Amino acid sequence: MSRPEDTLPPDLFYNDSESRKYTTSSRIQRIQSDMTHRALSLLDLHSPSLILDVGCGSGLSGEILSQTEDEGTPGGPHVWIGFDISSSMLGVALEKEVEGDLFLADAGQGVPFRPGTFDAAISISAIQWLCNAETSLDSPLGRLSRFFGGLYASLRRGGRAVCQFYPKNDEQKKMVSQAAIKAGFGAGLLEDDEGTKNAKTYLVLTVGGGDLDGDITGVVRGMDGVDVMARPGAAKGGKRGQEVKGSKGWILKKKEQMERKGKVVKANSKYTGRKRRVQF
Amino acid sequence: MKLLTLNFLTCAIKTCKTSPSSFPLHPRDAELEILETDINLPFLKNILPRLMWDELRTITSELGLPELPPAAPTREDLVEPGAQAAEGEEVEEQPSQTAKDLHRVLLETTVKEGKLACGNCGHEYKVMEGVPNFLLPGHLV
Ligand SMILES: C[S@@+](CC[C@H](N)C(=O)[O-])C[C@H]1O[C@@H](n2cnc3c(N)ncnc32)[C@H](O)[C@@H]1O
Ligand SMILES: [Zn+2]
Repeated sequence: MSRPEDTLPPDLFYNDSESRKYTTSSRIQRIQSDMTHRALSLLDLHSPSLILDVGCGSGLSGEILSQTEDEGTPGGPHVWIGFDISSSMLGVALEKEVEGDLFLADAGQGVPFRPGTFDAAISISAIQWLCNAETSLDSPLGRLSRFFGGLYASLRRGGRAVCQFYPKNDEQKKMVSQAAIKAGFGAGLLEDDEGTKNAKTYLVLTVGGGDLDGDITGVVRGMDGVDVMARPGAAKGGKRGQEVKGSKGWILKKKEQMERKGKVVKANSKYTGRKRRVQF
Repeated sequence: MKLLTLNFLTCAIKTCKTSPSSFPLHPRDAELEILETDINLPFLKNILPRLMWDELRTITSELGLPELPPAAPTREDLVEPGAQAAEGEEVEEQPSQTAKDLHRVLLETTVKEGKLACGNCGHEYKVMEGVPNFLLPGHLV
């Protein structure tokens, strides 16, 4: 099946009929709901928060954010603001009278909020679209950089973002993650059902500072399978009795664990765990 | 669009990013609508320190709404005094009148139609059916 991203720009692909078809499909509703819950568990919110939903579409995630803790939304009900490039998708959200605020905008143009606005951000099945824009005025790298730069600034210190997306290939996965790291985020990748046709990729992003768990170590503590890519301003000292993620000791331990699990790991070298600047 | 959102939105144009007058955006020809919703006291307490109070007062006065007090309330002001918990008992905090008023302004008062104007570049963002349009022509990005 061809990727919709390769056929049309998003605002044309998600026209009135596609937006309606998308939103009323029970299969899509279930998948988007599962991914939203997964993202929420990674955001680890404990009380009602202000959340940005990037590429919110018809509000399938938003409806979950508005639910209470008893209805299954950790820390809820949250207040959310969503934006999307497709006015048809937003039209469906309006019909459903979702609780969140909506606005029409292109993530590739940035995130127009003052610094430190949001506690968290979520984006489900949207940001792969940023990789398909080749015009004389714009490029995927330019769009990714405006998006992640704007997102980073709009989050409060210690805030987090989780973006589930469908990378076309490894190269695209890398391009997206590196754009986030370049914007200042600590970044990790989580893959569910890796290698199957249901594979799901979550980019877990943290803004340093703020409360203790702001750094990626907190997000992924105890979670198997999250690949930490970078932690700008890595915590000095670290937590007692625990290897600091990214430190040499931690890497060695992780390698051991991975070897036990039968994963291929790079041989240890005297460079293992050295601080490295991320190259672009 | 809630007035809460207006307290965080800025002009999207690149050259306005560094200009203080690009926030807040000023509503023009605004048609307001009250959309009632449940009060969320923990949320109000969470968001309170992040509000720009003076700018909120500017906006409400531009919209012809009743004047807000000159100083922002504190978190304590949002909780109804009284409800004393007996030893070892948990009593859920109740919103004070101040909290209810703040909820009304921030979360129930919405801009339904109109424009939002940047105080720096003058760009106007159209609001239709409560949805502002922040799409920019390529050369302004
Ligand atoms: C598969 S839908 C997902 C919608 C919603 N997040 C959900 O989970 O149901 C992808 C959405 O991303 C939006 N989108 C694509 N490119 C975008 C961009 N540059 N800025 C904002 N939204 C975008 C599309 O319009 C579409 O609504
Ligand atoms: Zn401006």
